[in-house]
Order: sequence, then structure tokens, then C-alpha cells
Amino acid sequence: MKDISCKLLVIGAGPGGYICAIRAGQLNIDTVIVEAAKVGGTCLMVGCIPSKALIHAAQEYEKVEHFAAQRTPLGISVSEPEIDFSKTIAWKDGIVSRLNNGVAGLLKKANVKIVTGRARFRDGKTVEVETLTGQQVIRAENVVIATGSTPVEIPSLPFGGNVISSTEALALQKIPERLVVVGGGYIGLELGTAFAKLGSKVTVVEALPKILPQYDAELTRPIVKHINELGITILTGAKARGMSTKGDALLVETADGRDERIPADKVLVTVGRKPVTTGWGLEEIDLDMDGKFVRIDDKCRTSMRGVFAIGDVTGEPMLAHRAMAQGEMVAEIIAGENRSWDKRAIAAVCFTDPEIVSVGFSPEEAKQAGHEIKIGVFPFAANGRAMTQEGEEGFVRVVAAAGNHLIVGIQAVGQGVSELSASFALALEMGARLEDIAGTIHAHPTQSEGFQEAALKALGHALHI
Amino acid sequence: MGEYIIKLPDVGEGVAEAELVEWNVKIGDLVREDTVLAAVMTDKATVEIPSPVDGEIIWLGGEIGQVLAIGSPLVRLKIEGEGHVADAAPAKPVKAEAPTPAVDQKVQAPKAAEDKPKPVSAPAARKGPTAPSTFSANAPRGEGEKPLASPAVRLRAKEAGVDLRQVGGTGPAGRITHEDLEAYFARGSQKPGAAALAPDNSVKEIKVVGLRRKIAEKMAIAKSHIPHITYVEEIDVTSMEELRSTLNSNKRPDQPKLTILPFLMRAMVRAIADQPQLNALYDDEANVIHQHGGVHIGIAAQTPNGLVVPVVKHAEARTIWDCAAEVNLLAEAAKTGTATREQLSGSTITITSLGSMGGVVTTPVINYPEVAIIGVNKIMTRPIWDGTNFIPRKMMNLSSSFDHRVIDGWDAAVFIQRIKTLLETPALIFVDA
Repeated sequence: MKDISCKLLVIGAGPGGYICAIRAGQLNIDTVIVEAAKVGGTCLMVGCIPSKALIHAAQEYEKVEHFAAQRTPLGISVSEPEIDFSKTIAWKDGIVSRLNNGVAGLLKKANVKIVTGRARFRDGKTVEVETLTGQQVIRAENVVIATGSTPVEIPSLPFGGNVISSTEALALQKIPERLVVVGGGYIGLELGTAFAKLGSKVTVVEALPKILPQYDAELTRPIVKHINELGITILTGAKARGMSTKGDALLVETADGRDERIPADKVLVTVGRKPVTTGWGLEEIDLDMDGKFVRIDDKCRTSMRGVFAIGDVTGEPMLAHRAMAQGEMVAEIIAGENRSWDKRAIAAVCFTDPEIVSVGFSPEEAKQAGHEIKIGVFPFAANGRAMTQEGEEGFVRVVAAAGNHLIVGIQAVGQGVSELSASFALALEMGARLEDIAGTIHAHPTQSEGFQEAALKALGHALHI
Repeated sequence: MGEYIIKLPDVGEGVAEAELVEWNVKIGDLVREDTVLAAVMTDKATVEIPSPVDGEIIWLGGEIGQVLAIGSPLVRLKIEGEGHVADAAPAKPVKAEAPTPAVDQKVQAPKAAEDKPKPVSAPAARKGPTAPSTFSANAPRGEGEKPLASPAVRLRAKEAGVDLRQVGGTGPAGRITHEDLEAYFARGSQKPGAAALAPDNSVKEIKVVGLRRKIAEKMAIAKSHIPHITYVEEIDVTSMEELRSTLNSNKRPDQPKLTILPFLMRAMVRAIADQPQLNALYDDEANVIHQHGGVHIGIAAQTPNGLVVPVVKHAEARTIWDCAAEVNLLAEAAKTGTATREQLSGSTITITSLGSMGGVVTTPVINYPEVAIIGVNKIMTRPIWDGTNFIPRKMMNLSSSFDHRVIDGWDAAVFIQRIKTLLETPALIFVDA
């Protein structure tokens, strides 16, 4: 096969990789992207998008169940719902497929060449790709490593059989009767909650003393409350020991040292994700590492000239939107622009029920960073819009520097607060002070008023509490 | 009123063109006869061009750095009485041999009523757009605190190469606004009055002209053509210094004071007698080495305008006193800018010395197309182990570079070792072998 030479080669067509390639194409950089699967990466294929589809379906199902059980104050009654789960999955697959085609179309429009196959470095400028039709050698002036991450496996619970990762959980053809989730982080709780709504008997096993350990207790309280209402059992401080010999139960050592056997049809292991640093020839180019991640500088440059790395393979936070921003920046750097990573805010959203959104410092983190802070909290119980959509649980919390009122962090928990992430991130990125938010008219009646009120609260003159 | 054209005079040496290196006047200036108008340079001689008449400058014939043909118009003057644009005589250069009074007989330049001083050139300095009065040079910002600015401002700063940590912010909480950035751009090189340190982003454009350009070109050629090998050796000059001191205290009044250079020059003459290939010019285009019998030693000298290399001709035929006298003469001429083209060319090997600033080691650049340059470093008293004790000895390094295309490292080393022997036992310099 004839060798390809290009100015930019992107390895991995996840959100980081494909954005990098599209932007490079816009900048008239001769670009090739290599991907073993369909374009879109974890996010689009087996992550953000399909999980949100499943979460939506579960929420709709739960709503109707509430109506059927007359557990709604709205006076709506329907007969008992039924779900054809294979159709649900087909609908989800349809969305993924549309997005696959969409990304492929965007790459094509940007004149990016897509090579399907598994890439492997021969040296820092040359990559071999095993394609269906043979080996393709690609020589590039610049290479962007965007190989992403993969679910972490527990040695005593190897994936396979009834032990599944999030990838398989999103492709189940049948709703498991009994689902045990090992790992109470956001992925485990998002999926655990969805399956609980769909009728699974869900148990969450978390080794740490609390679930969603990266969030403070105030933020997680509404989640825990709702999880209990859904009948999900949470075992904190518990260690998964392995599967029973028959493979139909998880053996657990509880916090008080007892051995327990939790019957399970499926055991979903969501104990984190690890960067993909094998299988693409890292050993051939011997890059400097930062722990298990590829070390990068503020321009996403690795220790080798002309080799960049972006996304999950470069470290926390492992978020698609971070990877996309890195990819965009790297494309512009390769086009000769002067760019460096100067982002202030990367919002993180947890699509549990209710949702959590967090950007910048929590009060505790701000104190640890040496800030004298002011906090303003506004509960959705006092927000008209939240009341009218049965979403009174939760609040908006603003953390600001006491001296100059500069906002250093914003968190919210509540129904649909993921969409507030835009204004939260904008406030931090623009360097807003409490007065800026307080002085911006927020449309009534919306949940976003909670943001303005939280800022007013921090200033000492909230109007609605 | 008439117009008078001054043409670039023949500045001698049969050159066809000269480089304009300095304008002493500008358009609108009133000049008197003999006022120096400009300086032009050919090779290494700079010549000043005086005005032959009184008048007002109305046109200048070129910009600094421009090369003008001899006879081309240099300056147009507005003069009293009739001009003679048709057959303006070229002005005479001041420094040409036997300068003649540069008076144009055809023009009766009235001298009266011309004594009023030159008008002030520009109306009181025009003010630029005033910076926003709210601007504060240094926003209160804690150590290590990131400058506060919107993404748009950050991008703009990045693209302009501005470090936002250096920019004061007038916005709420010290946020840097677009206006702050603009004020920062406008401020440019202007230093704030406050005692606080402020960054200086000014860039001054200095045209590389005249001698500087010649030096630049020559250095570039030397470094790009010649693969230099530099060899450094330590020399015990205690004996030589004793001899020098004795000679200086017993010298006749008409004899010059001896520095170490004459000793080195004589030692080089001796060493070159053994290794004539070091005293050569390598024409690398024709692939011919011109090995010279006469040892013409260039002495790199610093002048206010830059480096020049006056040449002591025929060092092989000069006594040590003679060498010293010639070095003094040339150094003086070079410093005052009166060295002739003759004195500044024709070297076959060069010495470079930074005198008391000589440092420990230098990597001299060969005076192309020569093949060797000897660098003199500072004499320092150092403890030397004589086998039983440390004794104070006056030590000096020679840092020398050779054209490795034609001089092998071995030969370079032999040459320097020979000079070392001669300088360490200076009697050998004077004894016929």
C-alpha cells in the first residue's frame, strides 16, 4: 500500500481527536485521522451519548410508572407501563449511528482523510496502521495522540460473563433483574439509577465511606435521598471480593468485616477509567509520563518534538469537552498560531437524578487554596419554575473571594441543572464578580434565577429567601 | 532664489559608489558653506561631505544605508540668487587628500542676514491620543495570582505576545479589559513614572549600515565559510614580563612603551618562519592558497563605531621597538577614525586582544580569508605547582582559531607550542637560531 505523507496525523477519533482534525482541516492543514472503530470515540459510542439516551428512557418510564401508581399530585392516571427494552436500545443505537455519520460528514467536509485501523508508532514521525486491506504507513510532520481511556478492571472481577463494564451495560438486550454496581462514582450511579428506574433491583458497592466521593455531602444529599426512594441499596466501605462460583452473586466484605453474598444477574464494574497507553507503540517513542498518563505541557506537547497528546490519555479531568478544547488548541498551534492552555473553567456534570453540576472550587477547595470566601446558597424550593416542574430538590451555590467578590466556584444540584453549566462556566471564564451575576437580569420564571439569587445571597441581599 | 544640486563627489580610490552612513541635516535646515551635510563610506574609509554654498535643504538624495553612485545628486538646496541646476559641480570631500576649500565660485552667497538660528524643527511635540486616565500601571494582584481577563482579551494578548501578568486591570476586581490592553499597547516603550518596575515592549529599529554592516557581512562570511578549530594553551609569561619591564624602564625617551603585543608579533614571525602555511590567504573560490612571505599582522582594535583591523606591515622586517611604534600609530589612527584604507587592509594573519578585559578563553573568528587568528587572554598571577611548591607565576592563555580546511589541528598545535616556547623563554625571540 502506498505510504501517506501528511502534515498532521491524529490517532483516535474521539471528541478530542475529531475536533482537532476538523479544526486542522478548517486551517487548511493536510490532516489524516486514524480510528479502529467508527468515529466518535468512547463519548459517542459507549459513553456520554448512549448513557444519556438510556437515562432519558428510564426517566420517562419512571414518570409513567408514577402516574400508573397514582404517586403523582398532578392528577394524571394511566395504566401500568410496559417497556420493550430491545426497542429502547435500538432507538439509542439510532442516535449513536446518526452522530457517527454526522462526525464522519464533518471530517469529510473539512477534507480530513479517515483511515480505519489500529495505529502503531514506528517512530515519532511514522505510524503503521493495520487496515482491512493491509498495512498502511503514514508519515506525518505532527502527530496528535488522542487514544482516550478505557474502563478499569478489578483483578478479582475480570470483565466477562456477568461482569460487565459501562460499555456492555449500554448494550444490554434485557433489563437485568438484579444489578450490582461496583463503584459509586458518577458512571455507576448514572447507570444504576437508570436501571433502578427501569425495574432492576440495584445494589451499589462502594469501597469509600461515601458515594460520589468527589462531591461534598451537601451536593450529594438530594441524590442519596432519591436513590433511597428508588430502592437502591448502597453499601459503602465495602469491598468486592469476587464472583460466587456459580457466577450468580457478588461476594462482598462489608464495612464491619462481614462477608456478604449479593445475588446478581449482572455485575457492573465502574471503578474509574484508565488512559490507553498500550497497543499503539508508546514504547517505540518513549514519551515522558506523568504517572500513568502521557506528560504534556501547556501546549499539549509531549516530550517528543512534533508529538502532541490530548484528552483522557493526558490526565484528569477525563472529560470530552476538555479533550475537544485541547484538540482545537493543538490544531491552531500546528497552524502556527500562538496558543497555550489558559482555560479557567471546565464544568463537570453528573447526570444522576437530580443532576449535579460543578465548576471551579467547592467551598472546601477554595479554603484549601487559601481563599477567604463568601458563599451564597439558593434552594430550588424557593424557585417558582422548579416548583412548577416538581423539581424543588436542590440548590445553587456560589463561592466567591471575600475581598473582591470574584467568583471562584459554582455548584448546583437539581433537576435539569446540567444546562446551567453554560452560564456557570461563562461566569468563571469571564472573571465575573458576584455583582456581575447579581446585576444580570435572569429570565423569570426559570431555574437560572437561582444563580442570580445565590449571588445576591452571597452579597447579603437575596430577594426570594 | 534658485536651486542648487550637490552631487556625490568622487571620494577617491577610484570607487564608483559609496554608502550613505549619516545625514547631518534634514529638509528645511538652513546650512552655511562648509556645513557637513552627510557622511559616506567606501570600504573602510568614511568621508564627510560639506556644503559648498549657503542655502536651505529642500531634498535629500537617499536614506541611510543606501548605496549611491558617484556623481548622483546628494542634496538639493534653495539658494539666494540664481541657481545652476544645469551644471552643478560636485562638492569636494573634506577628507580627501589635500582638501580644497569647497567654494563654488559661480555662486555669490550673500552672508549677511543669515545669522538667525535655525528654526525649531517641529511645532511643539504633537500629542498622541491620551491614555485613559483611569489606567493604573499595576493592579493589586497577589503573588502567583492569575490575571483576570475574559477569553477574548486573553486571546488578543496571546496573539500580540503580551504577558497579561504585566498588564494592569481597571475592571471590577482588577479585571483586564480590552481598553487596558489597548492602553498597554499604546504605552509602548514609555516607562511609567512610578518606581515600580514596568516592562518595556519598545523595539528600536537600528539600521545596520556602514562599518557595522561591513563587520556583519565579514563575520557572516568567516563563520559560514570557515570551519574553525580553536586551540587554547596556557603560557607562563613571567620571564617575558620581567624582560618587558626591564626594557621599558631602560628605554630611550624616543622609544615607545612596550606592551606584550610586540613580543607576540615577533614570536609569531619566528614561528611562521617554520610554518609558513599559517601566514596565508585562502581563496576558497579558486581553491588557491596564497602563502605570503611578508608577515602582515592585523591588530583587531575596538573603535567607537565598532571593530577595525589596522595592519602592521612586514613585521618580519621590524624590530620589537618598531613593531611597538607601529601598533601605537595604528591604534591611534583607528580610534580617531583617520586610518587610511592602506593601513586597514592587507593583513595575512591577525591578533585579537581585549586587553585587560581579555578573559580566560575566547573563540576568535578568523579574519577571512586569512587562515589563523591569535587571541590574547588576560595575564593573571596563578599558583603553579613546580614539583615541590606552589609558586606564583604570571599566566596568560592564547585562544587561537585556525581554518581547519587548510590547517590541520596538529599543525595548529605545533604553531602555538612554538609560540609558547618563544614567549616563555623570550631570549629565543631575539637569538638567531
